[in-house]
Amino acid sequence: MSSTSTIYDFSTLTGSIDAALHNWMSPGLVLTAELVLVGLIFLTFYALLGLFLVYLERKVCAVMQNRYGPNRVGPLGLLQTIADLIKLLMKELIPIRKADQFLFNLAPFIVIIASFMAIAATPFAKGLQAVDLNIGVFYVMAVSSLGVVGILLAGWSSNSKYSLIGAMRSGAQIVSYELSVGLSLLAIVVFSGTMQLSGIVESQADGWWIFKGHIPAFISFVIFLVASTAEINRGPFDLAEAESELTAGFHTEYSGIKFAFFFLAEYINMFIVAAIGATVFLGGWMPFHIGNWEAFNHVMDFIPSMVWFFLKTFFVVYLIMWFKWTFPRLRIDQLLTLEWKYLMPISLINIVVIAFIVLMGWHF
Amino acid sequence: MNVVMFYLLSAIILIFSLLSITTRKILRAAVYLLFVLVATSGFYFLLNYEFMAAVQLTLYAGGIVVLIIFSILLTSHISHKFKHPALLNLLMGAGVAVIGAGVALYIIFNEKFTANGQPELPVDMTAIGTQLLSTEKNGYVLPFELISVLLLAAIIAAIVIAKKGKQEEKES
Repeated sequence: MSSTSTIYDFSTLTGSIDAALHNWMSPGLVLTAELVLVGLIFLTFYALLGLFLVYLERKVCAVMQNRYGPNRVGPLGLLQTIADLIKLLMKELIPIRKADQFLFNLAPFIVIIASFMAIAATPFAKGLQAVDLNIGVFYVMAVSSLGVVGILLAGWSSNSKYSLIGAMRSGAQIVSYELSVGLSLLAIVVFSGTMQLSGIVESQADGWWIFKGHIPAFISFVIFLVASTAEINRGPFDLAEAESELTAGFHTEYSGIKFAFFFLAEYINMFIVAAIGATVFLGGWMPFHIGNWEAFNHVMDFIPSMVWFFLKTFFVVYLIMWFKWTFPRLRIDQLLTLEWKYLMPISLINIVVIAFIVLMGWHF
Repeated sequence: MNVVMFYLLSAIILIFSLLSITTRKILRAAVYLLFVLVATSGFYFLLNYEFMAAVQLTLYAGGIVVLIIFSILLTSHISHKFKHPALLNLLMGAGVAVIGAGVALYIIFNEKFTANGQPELPVDMTAIGTQLLSTEKNGYVLPFELISVLLLAAIIAAIVIAKKGKQEEKES
């Protein structure tokens, strides 16, 4: 499409960095240097994002409950989470004598590595994506299913009944809701005919799938929101760490930086889920385009693609936070009923309907 | 770089397979098995066969290992440790392992592996999908349908076993 050519392509920037490195290094060294560079960028992004999301959560919660939220440390309370982080870092790491030390220490890393692997495939802007696999959506689903192992391990190795019950609940929840997430993403894969995330974004150049895909696309977006909120263990599906009954669920026995790992991974997972939702349903970094309105589309292209991506992602993040602070927590049987008796059948029927629409060529 | 990665992944697979059969704590064995399976999917990534790698991750690491861990969580306590196996069992197991390794190594070293000069084929998801549901030559629709019927039967059987009769429920 001609109108998309004005969007700044980040691959020219990364390409020139690559060429510059090749000028004064051997190819093997360049590869190592680039691996380290990308890793460092992601680590920094990860830490900053985690801090900001915690701040945002507290502010959104405060708005919902008609309060101010953090407002003392720094302007608008922006430095509050940094102060919290310093406190967390200085806390004592309490070793549990009767715990399985090796698994107990391993669990936070598994959780955090799973979310790291998922964020690698996220397209942040045009040409700005660490790995663009041709099975993008499937890859994200695959690596995010690893996180549950960490949660189960954390619960079992803590040797505490609260942790064990929390882990069991969370395991049952994640394993069942994964299906609905996968099926709702599959709906858009059927529409766009590709699993590659960059390909899915490109296919939305003349309108986002949520608009182009009629009502079925909207249904699968809603199912995606509900199921992915459950998959990241957030309220109203936060049975795994239901404060009032399980103290803190699977991370009851963790303290200091190890607890911070779980906490951080939870917020980053929320961001990843929102980013995938924004990419697949809301066009990712693709500006707001309407069919053939060349002039309008051209004006929209002046807003950088990265801004579009973060706007949409934080819109979805806001929706997920909104859920947490307005709905009451479900019981475990209600939770499983919702998935197996409602969401699963609806998304299966939805996919059949979408396949029919695509076969008849009724979508735009 | 590929060679380095190959040796790294092989080392992970070898070390953790050994650990998973020698450890005396059952959950640790499951976690070592997880490492082995994840490293195997690393091999598929190394071969640029991403579809297989993702299948390996979802099915084995995300599915089967999670099921194993789940059943361990339900049945075993943290303080439980396996006893050392009896000497006779140990010797017999070692014997079978040596014979198996011997046969495998004998075959591998006597086979001449010639690199096939054909260019690398890109793994096309559409091609995999159509091949899987194709009724023509080299199509896989029959095995595909057979497996789905088999899985359906297995699911129904599991539900029948797990389901309590109404009478029993009232009594208990």
